[in-house]
Amino acid sequence: MASFLDAYTAPKKDIPRRAYLTVSTLVGVMIVVVWCALSYGELVRGDFLPTPGAVVGAAISGAGDGSLQENTLVSVIEIMSGFIIASILSVPLGILMGSFKVVEAAIEPVTNFVRYLPVSALIPLLILWIGIGIEEKITVIFIGTFFQQLILIADVSRGVSKDLLDVSYTLGATRRTVVWRVLIPATMPGVMDTLRITLGWAWTYLVVAELVAANKGLGYFILNSMRGLFTDQIFLGIIVIGLLGLLTDQAFKLLRNRMLPWATAT
Amino acid sequence: MGDGDVMAAPAAALKPAKLRIADVALRFTPRRGAPVTALDRISLDVRDQEFSVIVGPSGCGKTSLLRLVAGLIEPSEGAIWLDDKRVTGPGRDRGMVFQSYTLFPWLTVQQNVEFGLKVAGMPLRQRHDISRRFILQVGLEGFEEHYPRQLSGGMMQRVALARALANDPALLLMDEPFGALDSQTRSLMQELLLDIWQQSSKTVLFITHDIDESILLGDHVYVMTARPGRIKEMVEIDLPRPRHVDMLTSPAFMALKRHIMRSIHEEAVRSFASGEA
Ligand SMILES: Nc1ncnc2c1ncn2[C@@H]1O[C@H](COP(=O)(O)OP(=O)(O)O)[C@@H](O)[C@H]1O
Ligand SMILES: [Mg+2]
Repeated sequence: MASFLDAYTAPKKDIPRRAYLTVSTLVGVMIVVVWCALSYGELVRGDFLPTPGAVVGAAISGAGDGSLQENTLVSVIEIMSGFIIASILSVPLGILMGSFKVVEAAIEPVTNFVRYLPVSALIPLLILWIGIGIEEKITVIFIGTFFQQLILIADVSRGVSKDLLDVSYTLGATRRTVVWRVLIPATMPGVMDTLRITLGWAWTYLVVAELVAANKGLGYFILNSMRGLFTDQIFLGIIVIGLLGLLTDQAFKLLRNRMLPWATAT
Repeated sequence: MGDGDVMAAPAAALKPAKLRIADVALRFTPRRGAPVTALDRISLDVRDQEFSVIVGPSGCGKTSLLRLVAGLIEPSEGAIWLDDKRVTGPGRDRGMVFQSYTLFPWLTVQQNVEFGLKVAGMPLRQRHDISRRFILQVGLEGFEEHYPRQLSGGMMQRVALARALANDPALLLMDEPFGALDSQTRSLMQELLLDIWQQSSKTVLFITHDIDESILLGDHVYVMTARPGRIKEMVEIDLPRPRHVDMLTSPAFMALKRHIMRSIHEEAVRSFASGEA
């Protein structure tokens, strides 16, 4: 026992993969056990905390009438559209902003202003301008992620070693070549990390986006369930969002290690 | 006959300078605060195929001087000439090995070495021939497909050297390239560099703060003063070539070392007394 403690309490020391997975699984199982005990043991009221069985039931009935798939699909489309549009614009703009002072001067002040506005405060305006269709939801997710991405990617670009650019010049590269063949490749690991982090944030904007004037989507599903006190459905919605977030995060991690084998893995 | 003698004596001195640094000064003007004079009236000539070393305390402006020669920054005063052409910007005729590791992490060893050739538009076959030769010369055959993160510090600097040489530059600039290496690796790298230099007879301008290294490598050692950097004196290193690390303990070597150390020490005392250090 003493040697076990000794081996597992050293800071930053690796532990065997088996042990790692065991600990993760144990914690997962414990959460479910506590949940079961609280709900089945009727220690907490049923309309506060549903039983796992009830959540599974909600999932089965939702999948049966197709509403679960439809809500999920709508949300995934909203998130992916908002996120992809934001990324397509923020990656090149952020790289320029971090490496060209002129671009920085032009967009950094505006970005820092917008970045601190709560997106929910903009919703009334967005509804007025864009309406209540899917475009408005996509715009909320876009605004929520774009400005954050811009600042983070500018930082990545700013962090590229100046010596790396200088050595390229001494090897005969022109400015144009340095930008395309050195600056941009050098930012790629940081860009991928930023995209992965901000995709997680995009999921958190989903409920905000579907807060007002929505009639489909997981966020809407959760809010609507609250009105009827259907806590089993609320739980179902939350769990689906969590699982999708986890899935996209893992996909990104895989993609990064596949696309950038030369970078140290995360 | 008499005329011939007169002509013969200064012949070496008359050999035209490959690199000429003429009255160069460099000032940095920070956004806030007073301007800093990093280099003050530096003049020196490097002749063809010579190995010149600049030694000086850290912060005296060695890196700045090399960056000036590379054309990465511009002098505030004076001018730099390479082969009678004024240096106005960076170019492939001056290869540089940096103090920091500057390999492109996304390129393999071979692709790193070929970077300059590829940028210049050289066809693939020719590129491969050249990179193979220099990878062999720095002793990295078998590592062509490795990425920089799989290499040790010494190996990375060898690739950086091969990459600079692959461009066949007229002048090789080296900024404390072995400064971050352990002493065993550093000795090996010094011998490797001497070997390569002996074979290629490149003109080299090498910077270090290591006095042993400066004597072991150089034909001339220029001693720099603390800020603002000036050339204090030039020491002729008349040790025979080829040189080896075991010369470090020879009496001739020790005498040169004592001389250079005194020179630098004097300088340190002066700047210390004037409150600059
Ligand atoms: N871009 C810069 N702006 C302001 N000061 C600088 C800059 N680069 C170098 N210096 C200053 O110039 C002096 C010489 O620097 P450097 O050439 O790096 O010296 P060394 O390589 O000999 O250590 C230092 O005092 C340094 O602080
Ligand atoms: Mg330096």
